[in-house]
Amino acid sequence: MNSRPPVDYIARTKTLYSSLGHAPYDWVDNPGKTPWSPLKKPLSESTLGVIASGGIYRHGQVAFHHKDDLSYRKISTQTPVDQLRITHFAYDVTAARQDPNAVLPLNALNRLVTSRRIKRLADNALTFMGGIYSSRKVGEVLAPAMVAELKKAEVDLAILIPV
Amino acid sequence: MSLSSARSITQSVGAPRAVYLDYPLGQTAGRAGDLAEQCAVLEAACGAFEALVEPGSVLDLPMRWAADDAWKERVMRPEPASKGPQSPDPLAGDQRTPRRDTPQYQSPLDEQAADPNCPSCIFLAE
Repeated sequence: MNSRPPVDYIARTKTLYSSLGHAPYDWVDNPGKTPWSPLKKPLSESTLGVIASGGIYRHGQVAFHHKDDLSYRKISTQTPVDQLRITHFAYDVTAARQDPNAVLPLNALNRLVTSRRIKRLADNALTFMGGIYSSRKVGEVLAPAMVAELKKAEVDLAILIPV
Repeated sequence: MSLSSARSITQSVGAPRAVYLDYPLGQTAGRAGDLAEQCAVLEAACGAFEALVEPGSVLDLPMRWAADDAWKERVMRPEPASKGPQSPDPLAGDQRTPRRDTPQYQSPLDEQAADPNCPSCIFLAE
């Protein structure tokens, strides 16, 4: 069965990029700074917001570029999945293009509502292209803007789907 | 709640709550084409919302990508200096494509359909 532990991407990228002659990447490391908000109400009474970083846009929207794109998209959580598109430079998008649910699981999210596991989804999912090398720009510009959207949408919970 | 397929990165960032899926990158919400599995991943996230009490907790999902974990050995390994005539390993080496600073559409049809005044596209200044 050959069971191995999770791939350590921080260690792998350090080795790989240094073998290619790049300086080591300064990964975000937040020891002891984990924020915490306890649940205030049952999931069945809660509104769930969704943020996904896999470079998902909708047919009709402007696509992401790949050089620290500080934009995001609002995509209705009722969008048919065949209208979703994927653009990214740092992961193999083949599977996600075949089934965008793999990186923005709208079908499964809507099932949470129809099965009453949660009360409702936010009207829009927020998506961005997460291959942004400047963590400062993400922390100071992009993330606060998306948090403001979640607050405006009055979500109780948020799920983040990275790639 | 953060889903994750890169456990060390999620822990380094310090996500308050996380659910980890031990798959190659690109299918963080579950296997493409497998709605039942995607539902199982989200149900696990719901359960984790209810059950996790320690900030920084990571719930490990039981799904395995393949019967054998050998794929993990190849992910992002530096490629050998002498490349033979075999096809490139889609998991090994530097997976990134060159970064372009203009919108990169999945297909030309998307580019034609794109609304330049797209109201649902929010562009932020640095």
